[in-house]
Amino acid sequence: MPNRKTILNGIGLLFFLLLPPVTQIFGQEYLLSLFSRILIYGLAAASLDLILGYGGMVSLGHAVFMGVGGYSVGILAFHSYESSPILSWPFVLAGTENALLAWPFAVLVAGIFGLITGAICLRTKGMHFIMITLAFAQMAYYFFVSLTKFGGSDGLSLYNRNTLPGIDLGSDVLFYYLCLAVLVIFLIVAHRLAGSHFGRVVSACRENEQRVQVLGFASYRYKLACYTFSAAAAGLAGALLVNQSEFISPGIMHWTKSGELMVMVLLGGMGTLVGPVLGAATLLLMEDILAMYTEHWMIILGPFLIIVVLFAKRGLYGLLTETGGNNG
Amino acid sequence: MLLFIEQLLNGLQLGVMLFLMSAGLTLVFGIMQVINLAHGSFYMIGAYVAATVAVRSGSFLLGMAVALPVAAAVGMIVELTILRRLYKRDHLDQVLATFGLIFFFNELTRIIWGRQPLFMDVPSWLGGAVELLPGIHYPVYRLAIILVGVFVALFLYLLFSRTRLGMRIRAGASNRDMVAALGVNIRLLYTLVFGLGTMLAALAGVMAGPILAVEVGMGESILILTFVVIVIGGIGSVRGALVGALLVGMVDTLGRVYLPDVLSFFVSSSTANSLGASLASMSVYILMAMVLTCKPAGLFPAQD
Amino acid sequence: MAETLLQTKGLCKRFGALQVCRNLDLNITSGELHALIGPNGAGKTTAMNLITGLLTPDSGVLFFNGRDITNISVHKRALLGLARAFQVTSLFNDFSVRENLMLAVQAQQRTGFRFWTNATRDRKLMTSADEYVERMGLTERATVLAGALSHGERRQLEMGMALATKPAMLLLDEPMAGLGPGGTLKLCELIEELKGEVTILLVEHDTQAVFALADRISVLVQGEVVATDSPQLIKQNSLVQEAYLGGS
Repeated sequence: MPNRKTILNGIGLLFFLLLPPVTQIFGQEYLLSLFSRILIYGLAAASLDLILGYGGMVSLGHAVFMGVGGYSVGILAFHSYESSPILSWPFVLAGTENALLAWPFAVLVAGIFGLITGAICLRTKGMHFIMITLAFAQMAYYFFVSLTKFGGSDGLSLYNRNTLPGIDLGSDVLFYYLCLAVLVIFLIVAHRLAGSHFGRVVSACRENEQRVQVLGFASYRYKLACYTFSAAAAGLAGALLVNQSEFISPGIMHWTKSGELMVMVLLGGMGTLVGPVLGAATLLLMEDILAMYTEHWMIILGPFLIIVVLFAKRGLYGLLTETGGNNG
Repeated sequence: MLLFIEQLLNGLQLGVMLFLMSAGLTLVFGIMQVINLAHGSFYMIGAYVAATVAVRSGSFLLGMAVALPVAAAVGMIVELTILRRLYKRDHLDQVLATFGLIFFFNELTRIIWGRQPLFMDVPSWLGGAVELLPGIHYPVYRLAIILVGVFVALFLYLLFSRTRLGMRIRAGASNRDMVAALGVNIRLLYTLVFGLGTMLAALAGVMAGPILAVEVGMGESILILTFVVIVIGGIGSVRGALVGALLVGMVDTLGRVYLPDVLSFFVSSSTANSLGASLASMSVYILMAMVLTCKPAGLFPAQD
Repeated sequence: MAETLLQTKGLCKRFGALQVCRNLDLNITSGELHALIGPNGAGKTTAMNLITGLLTPDSGVLFFNGRDITNISVHKRALLGLARAFQVTSLFNDFSVRENLMLAVQAQQRTGFRFWTNATRDRKLMTSADEYVERMGLTERATVLAGALSHGERRQLEMGMALATKPAMLLLDEPMAGLGPGGTLKLCELIEELKGEVTILLVEHDTQAVFALADRISVLVQGEVVATDSPQLIKQNSLVQEAYLGGS
């Protein structure tokens, strides 16, 4: 049977592929920047879905990894403009604007940060886990606020986007397609991961961690590996975002941003990977559209969110792919 | 030395504010097992209502007298309409729904009161400073806050140890089903506890009014510190909230003042200043991470 | 002489004022079916939790296969060959019957850290899992979600999960609870089949089943083992009569 999910995913991909020429025909190029952001936030939300939807780890600090990734790129670029090294000891680390160096670096830093904080956070469960992920995010937030060299709370501007051999990232269209490619590749990788032996164990942890241990799995290690991977992916999203807006500030990792990422996951549908991308699109478009009618759009968004939580837990993707009345 | 005593008092005063915020929230966490991100909104509502009434009427006390019941009423309405449905849900749902509440209340406040912060004066009868010790002048208003904190702590202590209602609340925290089986109207109990919690948050908001700007978002900044307090103290424990609040108040206040000085022994003064400032604002979170690493359930884990 | 597989020495555990386990001494011989009985609240489930490592004892030591496992984590004990079927069945409700068993096989094969191969299409895993699907008599229900199974089927699957980890010792925590007479009989047959193949520690309320199945029985009263003997001798034991069987 032609799977509804496959059809839906295909339509989605086609939409995103055709968007740039269409916006050009209608002269609405500004939409490209909005949709680039949607793709990037989609990546971050999908990475959160790996730990939230599959692993059942309710993190209220996921945006911090975007921030760490973003600042990695920002600080590398800053030192490149100044042509001063970031580190001169124990090894020399020079600034760079080369995406091929800066982005993997951002992923690495975010991943390491995820590994360290995750190792501590995952010792706790339930409410404590939520709180401690939040606390680490706040810690990082204030850390970057106090970095006056990099703009403190005002943030850091990039003169231009990173350079990538062969591709002009300064072109909004090319940058958009690059974001799309990154997102699609991530979704494929994450999908494979979720269905792998590893992914099954992580999913099982969500349902009953004790049982997983009694079967003989070191559940902690599985969850930590998943957490680290997810953090690294969010770091990549941060690296893309700082390139997209050519600006980064601690605001990117404020806890309300982490909350918004959670909202995207829930809106789209937890544990579906593609859903959170849909959720990101919905939330950002809602913001954009509602803001045209009223500056007080949050008064609508708030109750909308509550209603979704109370009555539509499966999310948009769940609603769209659900095939009517089979076993509830 | 004089400065140190003054800073200790400042730390105590911040601790008291945090205690007012966290006492109610920890009860809600512990008894209803619900995470309420919107607790800061009640703090904000308390501050706004009190500021408005106080400015119109010229009476701080009247402002407080109006703000507390208003906030408690809003809290109970929220409990009755939304939170009640979330008790049996998982934490994720609670986080998201109450996150939605924050959006709603923040925007509602902006619509009603506008974007400009309100300013509230210290009531004249609490103005000025007293000389506590030779050379130490301390604002009367801040002393009054500390005093209110002591009264509230005492009130809660008496409530929980001496009254039937308090015992029921405590019993509810340790075993919900049993309390329900004993014929206690658990729904009403929950609503009352929630109302009490919001009222304490509003009290903190009212008292913060004259020392901080009354503005949208004020709730969120204190909310996170409140979480830290509760997690350090142990979720559900009022005693833990008291200890945690004082600890966080002290660490935060003293860290801001003394960390740069301490660090300047080791590194150059400009580095010490920036490093000290960042370490100071991170200090409470570091404290929390340390506590949780050693005692994952907090300092005073409520028995489960 | 058969050798001791599991030995507990002086295990103590208290929850607040409640001493749920005092000086618990158990010796379980390789290959036997050892039953643990006792009145409600005697500490049987606590004993199970101490053995599997879900609880840590306040004092005392545990030996498994001659190795001190007192301070070994839950999953390592499982890998050493301790498997458990829970009293309150704890299956993965979003997983199908087969997927539940595949997970257990995966634990035994130690293939958890494979990131790329699709687990649900892993032939080897599926074949091994299907062995247990069949053995537990769940062939027709293989693709049904565990959450949709009947109570009896859940029990069967729970046992299958424990078995699929190829344990040296199987802990069965009240497997018959909540089963009708038909279900109990079916499960008794299954346990009878397993006897000899794997060492079993059985906690069960159904005394009839226990006396029919067990090689040896330990009686637990208020956290303490008051007697360990063959079923016949336990029946005659006056201490046991008084503390436990007297009522029934």
